[in-house]
Amino acid sequence: MNEKRKIRVATCSLAGCFGCHMSLLDIDEKLFDLLEMIEFDRTPFTDIKHCGACDIGIVEGGVSNAENAHVLKEFRDNCKILVAIGACAINGNVPALRNNIDLWDCFQEVYLYEGGLEGNQIPNDPELPLPFDKVYPVYEVVKVDYFLPGCPPSADTIWKFLTDLIEGREPKLSYEMLRYD
Amino acid sequence: MNKTITIDGKIVPFTDGQTIMDAALGAQVYIPHLCHNPEFKPHGSCKLCVVSVNGRNMTSCTMPAAEDMVVANNTPELNDDRKVLVQMLFVEGNHICPACEASGNCQLQAAAYYLNMLSPHFTHFYPPREVDASHPDVFLDLNRCILCELCVRASREVDGKNVFGISGRGIHAHLVVNAASGRLGDTNLVVTDRAAHVCPTGAILIKRQGYRIPIGQRTFDRKKISEVQMESTEEGKPDHE
Repeated sequence: MNEKRKIRVATCSLAGCFGCHMSLLDIDEKLFDLLEMIEFDRTPFTDIKHCGACDIGIVEGGVSNAENAHVLKEFRDNCKILVAIGACAINGNVPALRNNIDLWDCFQEVYLYEGGLEGNQIPNDPELPLPFDKVYPVYEVVKVDYFLPGCPPSADTIWKFLTDLIEGREPKLSYEMLRYD
Repeated sequence: MNKTITIDGKIVPFTDGQTIMDAALGAQVYIPHLCHNPEFKPHGSCKLCVVSVNGRNMTSCTMPAAEDMVVANNTPELNDDRKVLVQMLFVEGNHICPACEASGNCQLQAAAYYLNMLSPHFTHFYPPREVDASHPDVFLDLNRCILCELCVRASREVDGKNVFGISGRGIHAHLVVNAASGRLGDTNLVVTDRAAHVCPTGAILIKRQGYRIPIGQRTFDRKKISEVQMESTEEGKPDHE
C-alpha cells in the first residue's frame, strides 16, 4: 500500500524515424528495471491515444506538419518535464535538408513527376495533416526543459539520462556520452 | 626568456612579439579556438579564444603578451560565452552532423562537445547556399563554412594561389572561389594543396574519402579537442614568428 507512485512517462515521434525509440529499447534487460520505476502514458509502446498528466514527456523528431504541432502542444500542456531527444528534435536534422527546397517542388517531384505513378495527384484529403514550409526543431515551437543529443543517443546515454531524471538528479552526460551523430 | 604571464594561476613564459595564444600553446595550456592555427597569421573571427586579461576580455590570438599579465581562461563564465558563440555558429549554418563526412573529425563539433553544448538554443537560419562539386577531387558545402578564412590564408600564403576569398557583408558574408565562373573546378586548386585540407569543419571535403574511418577511431571520438590540439602543438613545434 505504501508503494511509491511511479513516475509517468509519455513518448512520441514527430518527424522522427523511430530510431531514438529503438535506442531506448536497446537498454535491453534494463527495460525491466525501468518499468519498476516508471509507467508509460501515451507512447508508441502503448495503446493510449492522448497524452495525460505526466512527469516526463520525451519527444523524438522535428516538427514538419500540423499534426506534429498538435501532438507537441499536447505533450507540453501535460508533461511537467519535456525532453527533446535526438538530432531531429534538436535541430531538424536530415529532414530539415528539405528546408531549402520549395515545398510545392517537393510535392510535385514525389507525387506528379516520379515515374511509375498512375492517376497522378497530390494527396488532398482533409484527413492528412498539412506539411509546414520548413521542418522546425521542437524548441522553436514549445519550451523544452532538457536536450539529449545524438542520432540516436546511445542506449547507455539514454539510460544515464533517464535514471538521473527519474531519481531527481540534474542529468549529466560524460564526454563519451555527448554525440551529435 | 624570463618574461612571464600567468594563465589561470600557471606561470607561462613568453618572448617579445608572442601573443597570449602563442605563449599558451608553448606551455601546453589549452585556450579554445577555431580560426587560429599556429601555421598562419592570427585572424580573430571566431572569438572562442577570448580570455580575461587583467579584468578585460580580449582575443588571446591577437593580443601580444606583456609582462605580468594576469589571464583568466578556463572559467565557467568564459566557457559559457564560448558555448554561446558555438551555438551561434551552429544555427548560422546547416550543421547536420549525422549526414556530414567530417563528423568525428570536425573542430566545430569537438569544440561544442568540449563546451558541453546540448542544443543550438537559437533560431536556425537554414542558409540556402549551393554545394559546389565542380572540382574533380574537392567539393564545397558552404552551409558548413564558419568563415575562419584558414583556406583563404593557406591558399595565399602556402599554396601561392589565392583560390578562396570572403565576399558579402554581415550575415551575407560567405566564402567565394576566385574564378570568373565562381566554380572551384575552374581554379588551379589541386587536391594536395594545403587549402584543401585546412578546413576545421566539413565545408571543404575531399571527394571519395568520406566515412573511411570507423566510428570510434575518428580524431575526436576518444580524445577531446583540448588534448588533440595540445598534442599537435608539441609534435609540430610550429614557429610563432
